[in-house]
Formats: sequence, structure tokens, C-alpha cells
Amino acid sequence: MIEVKNLRKNFDDLEVLKGINETINKGDVACIIGPSGSGKSTFLRCLNMLEIPTGGQIVFEGDDLTAKGVDLNLHRQKMGMVFQQFHLFPHMTVIDNLTMAPVMLKKATKAQAEKKGMELLERVGLADRASAYPAELSGGQKQRVAIVRALCMNPDVMLFDEPTSALDPEMVGEVLDVMKELAKEGMTMVVVTHEMGFAKEVANRVLFMDDGVIMEEGTPQEIFENPKCERLKTFLSKVL
Amino acid sequence: MARIIEFFNTWGEQLHETFIVQERYKWMLEGLSNTLIITLGALIIGVALGTVIATIKYFSEDRKVLKILGKLCDIYVTTIRGIPVVVLLLIFYYLILKSSEGVVVGIVTFGLNSAAYMAELIRSGINAVDVGQLEAGRSLGLSKLQTMRKIIFPQAVRNILPAIGNEFIALLKETSVAGYVAVKDLTRAGNLIRNNTFDAFNPLIAVALVYLILVVLLTGLLSKLERRLSKSDRSKKSKKKL
Repeated sequence: MIEVKNLRKNFDDLEVLKGINETINKGDVACIIGPSGSGKSTFLRCLNMLEIPTGGQIVFEGDDLTAKGVDLNLHRQKMGMVFQQFHLFPHMTVIDNLTMAPVMLKKATKAQAEKKGMELLERVGLADRASAYPAELSGGQKQRVAIVRALCMNPDVMLFDEPTSALDPEMVGEVLDVMKELAKEGMTMVVVTHEMGFAKEVANRVLFMDDGVIMEEGTPQEIFENPKCERLKTFLSKVL
Repeated sequence: MARIIEFFNTWGEQLHETFIVQERYKWMLEGLSNTLIITLGALIIGVALGTVIATIKYFSEDRKVLKILGKLCDIYVTTIRGIPVVVLLLIFYYLILKSSEGVVVGIVTFGLNSAAYMAELIRSGINAVDVGQLEAGRSLGLSKLQTMRKIIFPQAVRNILPAIGNEFIALLKETSVAGYVAVKDLTRAGNLIRNNTFDAFNPLIAVALVYLILVVLLTGLLSKLERRLSKSDRSKKSKKKL
């Protein structure tokens, strides 16, 4: 579904991604772990071109997103993204947050979008907050709304950028539960996370990034129980 | 003391002589209406053109064609901000819009002048919106323009509404120099009455009071609007309680 070829990214003189080759298949739940500053988030943000790669290719559903003249907006509609800081639209109610993009991009009529939005809100347990403003929600509620907002576009893949890192500890669970459910339904997911428990339980692949490259990857068992490279061993000893 | 008492005794008479004789209060009304017309006209031009300039500047970062336009906008803003508005007014009246009516010259001059300040204001409001909002919009597949219109701009307006209110009030008072090009605005009307009646006190105080009342009314209106726009902002509500 997503093919990453020799992806490189520099911020001025700083080399953040040093040539990444990776394939995300349909139905994958890929967790990206690694120390901070290793380029995890940058890698994820390159997937939907929020960061423009310095070199290499991102091929999404057969189209090279780094090619000139490619309609990024069209492809982004198929790639949902959830941010660490939620980034809900503060001037709109929850339901308007959900329906704005689908209606504006003519994916659905207002009524259809609202129906779908309410259904999804129901499923994450927030139907009663549909007319609230984001400022009136807790962190966990905000993030669940943000996930629903991305889902309302019917994406083929969901990108999560440390979705629980800005949450109070007691709210982490409610967001992870929604993500688990999503994974169970077969959604393709790429998740940058520090939640090793989630990676162990839900991911079918774990990618360990350090120093701008993917150092090691494998199933959760391989990564957590039988790490090969020294860096990964050190990292795991610190976080587990 | 005696003079003060005498002043009040004859004040009614004075007011009558200054404003009622020759129906001179009508000059004030005409002046007031001109002042309001110029202010509102200029505000509309200022907000519209200011928005256009700020938008061009916002997009000039990633489009080459707009880069040139952006530079032109910079020159415009610098030029306007570097010239006193009275000088601009004279230039427009005597050089550029020679055969036009004073009120029209006033609207155009104050509008173009205000646009330069509005543009900077709006730009700062746009910049104050968290970049995450742009990213969230783009990640949903909205174009930059769509994101701007639906997500960034409404938040920017809320940020800068108090500053726009200030600009509005400054504009209203600034129009008092329109008399330089023979526009009979509120200030000039008062001054004409002073000239005709040799009574300086009443017309000037009356003019000052009218401006003051207008500004107080405007301030009230703006804070009402601000409150309505901030209804989604819980932080502001709770601040009041503290």
C-alpha cells in the first residue's frame, strides 16, 4: 500500500532520515518505536508529505507522491492522520469538526456526513458531546474525536503520531482502546508510539528506528523478546 | 465665581445662538454623516484590501508568481505607512483624484491607508494560529486555500478582533483631518460654526462629545461581538471567574 524508497530528509544541515526503505502492506499495524530524535515522527509525516522529503520516493497506492504534479490533496484524503496535540478545530463544534472536510470535499452531503459522524462518535462513546466545543473536552476525548475526524474521510490508512504522548496517564487507555478496535477491524495503521504494551499486543510489525534509519524490524515477539542489535537492547532496557 | 454663574446663566442663550440660529446644528449633522460615511467606506476598503494583501503574503511563500505580488504588497505597505495620512490626502485630492468629490477622496485615501495597517494586523493574526491547524486541515485533504478559508482565517479574525476594533476607532478619529481637502466632516463643521459665531467653546466641545460618544458606542458593540465569537473558548469564560 505504501512503499518507501530510499527516503531521506534534511533540516538544513541536520540529516534526520538517512535512507529508509520500507513497505506497509494492506492490513498492517506497524508500530514505530525508538528514542526521541531518531526521526520517527519525521518519517511518519513524510508518508503523507506534511514533510517534503529531501530525497527518495513515497509510493502510495501506485502513485509516487514525491513526483511533480501529483494531486497530494486527493491522496491525503485516503490517509488519515492523528496528531500528538490533537489539532481539533477550536472554533467548530465536535460534529462540525467531523463533517467539515467530507462535506467540503464533496465526499458526502451534510446529512450523510452527520449520520456517519454520529455513528462513529457513538462507537467511541462520545455521541453526547457532538455539540460541544473542543475546549470543553478532556484530552482523551479530544484525541478520540480527532481519530473519528480522520475516519470520517474513509481513509485507506491511518497514521498516528504519538497519539497518547500528550495525555494524562488515566486517559491513555481510552484512546488505545479505540485504536485496538480499529486494528481489529483490519484498518491499515502506522503508529509512532512509546506505548510498548500497545505495540506488543496490537502490532503485527514493529520497526525500531534510531539515528535516521530503521535499525531492526520484525514481529513484536522478535523485537521485544529477541532483540538483535545492541541499540535496540539498550533502548528496551530503558523503556520496559 | 461670579463669572462662572454668569456663564451658566447665559449658556442656554449661547447654545441657541451658536447652533439654532441659521440652523447651524444641521451643519453638525451633515458633518457627522460625512464622518460616518468616510469611516465606514474606508473600513470596508481597509478590511477587504487588507485581507487580500495578507492572503497574498501568506501564499507568496510557496508560489513563484505570488512572490512578485508579495513584494509589491511589501512596497505598498511600507510606502503607505511611511507617509502621514494628511499628506496622502492632499496628494489624492490635488494630484490623483483631481475632479472627485472630497468625500470620495476621503474614503479612498483613508481606505488605502487603513488597508496597509489592516494587512499587517491580519498577517499577525494568521501567524498566531498554531501551525498544527494548517497541518490538520491539509492532512484531511483540504487545499491550502480551503484550509485558510475554513480553519485558519476564522481563528485569525478572532485573535485580532480587538486590534481591528482599535483600528476602527483610530480610523474614525483620523478622518477629522478630512477638512484639509474641503470635506465638511464633523470637525470641519464645528470649526465652521466657530468661525461664523466667534463662539469657540460650544462647537468644539460639542464636536469632541460627539466623537467621544461614537467611540464609546463602538467599543461596546465590539466587545459584544468579541464575546459572541469567543463562545467556543472555555478558557476565556473561566478567566472571568478568577
